[in-house]
Amino acid sequence: MSLTTNNQQSAFAHWWKSGNPMIWINAGAVSISLIMVFGLLGLIAARGGGHFWPKDVLSIEYKTIDGKLSTIVGELIDTDVISKLRYEESTGQTLPKELREVERWMIKVGNRDQNGADFKWVSKFEIQKLGKPSSVVAVERMEWGTLFGELKSISENGVDMASHTDLWSELHHRLDRTLELRDLIRQLEKSEIGRVNYVLEKLRLERRTLELDGTETAENLREIAAKERHQQEIYKVIQRKLEVLNQQIKRDKAKFEIINEGHSQIVELPFAVIVGAIKPNVMNAGEKLIQYFINLYHFFMDDPREANTEGGIFPAIFGTVMMVLLMTVLVTPFGVIAAVYLREYAKQGPVIRIIRIAVNNLAGVPSIVYGVFGLGFFVYFLGGNIDDLFFTAAKPAPTVGTPGIMWAALTLAIMTVPVVIVSTEEGLTRIPRSIREGSLALGATRFETLRNVILPMASPSIMTGVILAIARAAGEVAPLMLVGVVKLAPDLPIDANFPFVHLERKFMHLGFHIYDVGFQSPNVEVARPLVYATSFLLVLVIIFLNLAVILMRNKLRERYRSMEN
Amino acid sequence: MNGKTVEERSSVAAKPANISVKLENAGVSGPMLANETIKIEVRDLNLYYSDKQALHGVSMDVPEKKVTAFIGPSGCGKSTLLRCFNRMNDLVDSVRMDGSIRLSGQDIFESTVDVAELRRQVGMVFQKPNPFPKSVYENVAYGLRLQGIKKRHVLDERVEWALKSAAIWDEVKDRLDDNAMGLSGGQQQRLVIARAIAIKPEVLLLDEPASALDPISTLKIEELIYELKSDYTILIVTHNMQQAARVSDYTAFMYMGDLVEFDSTNRVFTNPKKKQTEDYITGRYG
Ligand SMILES: Nc1ncnc2c1ncn2[C@@H]1O[C@H](COP(=O)(O)OP(=O)(O)OP(=O)(O)O)[C@@H](O)[C@H]1O
Ligand SMILES: [Mg+2]
Repeated sequence: MSLTTNNQQSAFAHWWKSGNPMIWINAGAVSISLIMVFGLLGLIAARGGGHFWPKDVLSIEYKTIDGKLSTIVGELIDTDVISKLRYEESTGQTLPKELREVERWMIKVGNRDQNGADFKWVSKFEIQKLGKPSSVVAVERMEWGTLFGELKSISENGVDMASHTDLWSELHHRLDRTLELRDLIRQLEKSEIGRVNYVLEKLRLERRTLELDGTETAENLREIAAKERHQQEIYKVIQRKLEVLNQQIKRDKAKFEIINEGHSQIVELPFAVIVGAIKPNVMNAGEKLIQYFINLYHFFMDDPREANTEGGIFPAIFGTVMMVLLMTVLVTPFGVIAAVYLREYAKQGPVIRIIRIAVNNLAGVPSIVYGVFGLGFFVYFLGGNIDDLFFTAAKPAPTVGTPGIMWAALTLAIMTVPVVIVSTEEGLTRIPRSIREGSLALGATRFETLRNVILPMASPSIMTGVILAIARAAGEVAPLMLVGVVKLAPDLPIDANFPFVHLERKFMHLGFHIYDVGFQSPNVEVARPLVYATSFLLVLVIIFLNLAVILMRNKLRERYRSMEN
Repeated sequence: MNGKTVEERSSVAAKPANISVKLENAGVSGPMLANETIKIEVRDLNLYYSDKQALHGVSMDVPEKKVTAFIGPSGCGKSTLLRCFNRMNDLVDSVRMDGSIRLSGQDIFESTVDVAELRRQVGMVFQKPNPFPKSVYENVAYGLRLQGIKKRHVLDERVEWALKSAAIWDEVKDRLDDNAMGLSGGQQQRLVIARAIAIKPEVLLLDEPASALDPISTLKIEELIYELKSDYTILIVTHNMQQAARVSDYTAFMYMGDLVEFDSTNRVFTNPKKKQTEDYITGRYG
């Protein structure tokens, strides 16, 4: 017999049999997946991340076809090219013959309060003169978006500053003071008044409870009334402080010259509405980088403003992480216990097999169905009954019988429990019988064997289940809309009021935030970069959560390595 | 899980008349053990894996503080019999058995028996080494911790003693905290021996403890067995005739689930009564 290739076999068949094409196909599939993942991440990172880079402010002089000269000031956001036909159709103007297509610039002109719109399109052929005026200031405001203009004067209590003052440093000086005041005000409004309200609500419930129980006596009613009066006193004090602060914060105002419809116009801006001001055209790369990180920091750490289209997304990050952690804490023990029962204690037979099939199928139920279940069972039935039993005083307002972070976590836990069960069971079956026998032969009971040997050895598999559960839960939005996520939650689920963790509260979630900002906001164009940035952040949060668990799993794996030697 | 079978078993054990009849047929050499205290009495033990019978009416008396060797061709039921003594077969769902085993006079199949306690008294070293994926130290300390021993110095002492006895101390004394899965096969084998003797059981079941060992370690294990004999009752399965001859006081020859011959080692090896035994010992036999 010869060892050379059989000639009757075609070259292709031989090549196929060698296994090389399979390797190529596999490698190709892996590369395509990788390219897609990194492409996706790169796109949302670039789109979202670019938003925070301080852009130059252009001053554009342009002449429309009918000869009108005009000027706009703003940031170049995007360019696109459209066909001549489309342009003519949409504008109703005839273009010069030599133009085949039109490049359009999308300019963020800001000054929404004056212009009515944030964006303006300018065609490139119309542009006469481009400039980068060094004096232009980009002011971020509490409302109405950005203002682009030139700082003209600053006034204190209505009196203008002397003309020789350095207005720009004066602005920052006074802005710092304003920011401090604003912090104080927010502090008072949020925590102190919040606490008073919290205590008052408690007292109201206390009185209501007494009424319902029929145990109210003149004495305890008096006591409650006294406490209420005390809180009212505190409230009045805070109110007075607030009035003073509000008076102080109104002290300074600044005048800006802006360009509106080609005409310059003076706008007076109280310092109280200014969030920040920069002169992007005179900033060097280093300063811009610093500003970039400041912007990022605000995006991460601030509360949202203006229907979520401005400001930060901290409550959403917090809500997402907390909900996922809560879910993990709920799902892990539950899944592990169920898997241990199914695999270790239950008698393997048709019943268990059916249960196992049911559990596996549960993993395939669409998530919105879990949302409906969570709303019907957890919120209305469970929550409603708990309210009836323990929170009668607050009725008819629900206490826990309303969507909240606890119910959301529970709903997602129910949704992801099959994943944990399946992978835990897998881990349990992989443990060789000889190891169990080794433990039992030393006088361990089954429970001791389970606790000391089996569960630790199965822990990497349990972790795998948890990873999959987190991955599924963290990206879920649909069911959450039914059981606890809201567009804007006034309070975080954790705060300084006893008992500090308020699992009945509604919360914000990055996934829902994306949906809300991207599709429900009044100003979709402004919000678009935020959609990308928030998406990127959601991915980061999930990666971060997963990475933490993966590291844990690798540690465990290392420790319980090579049971199959 | 085997609650039902346990009841069945004890009901069988509750028929002494039946047993005594069988005893006469079983051919247990009564006189030969006249001077010994009997530690384990096996009576008419039948064991089935599903429908396949693996032990056929085995009856024997295992003497206390002596070494009893089990020899026989592969698959004849040596491990199966050994696993009856600490009720390891309870874990195999398909196993059914009847007959009785008494340990120091106490029927171990009785439903009142605490299996964990039984296994603490009847230690076992399995045919294949099965260390836990824990540190060397924790492997040996495992059984001790189960008994609630927490004091560090007690544990340290006992672990060291067990490891020294199993002739592995010198090799692992610097890596007590390393994972036991990193040891070689032979080291793992000695580690599980150390683990079994650390809890000082009354009876020690050794299923081919030296099969993965080099001659020197084997010798050390044999020395260990010799030493332990003064305190423990030892049952050892081995395929090595010389080893059986060297370490054991009594030898049982099994064939196809039957206990063919059981006598003092000396007699089994020099003057076997049965032809099958002779063939096996002299190697004339598959
Ligand atoms: N868990 C089991 N299920 C079914 N049959 C089994 C099981 N364990 C052992 N047997 C069968 O019982 C018989 C006796 O097996 P056993 O392990 O006791 O043999 P052995 O004498 O120890 O052999 P070796 O010297 O090879 O270890 C064999 O025929 C074996 O196939
Ligand atoms: Mg065997």
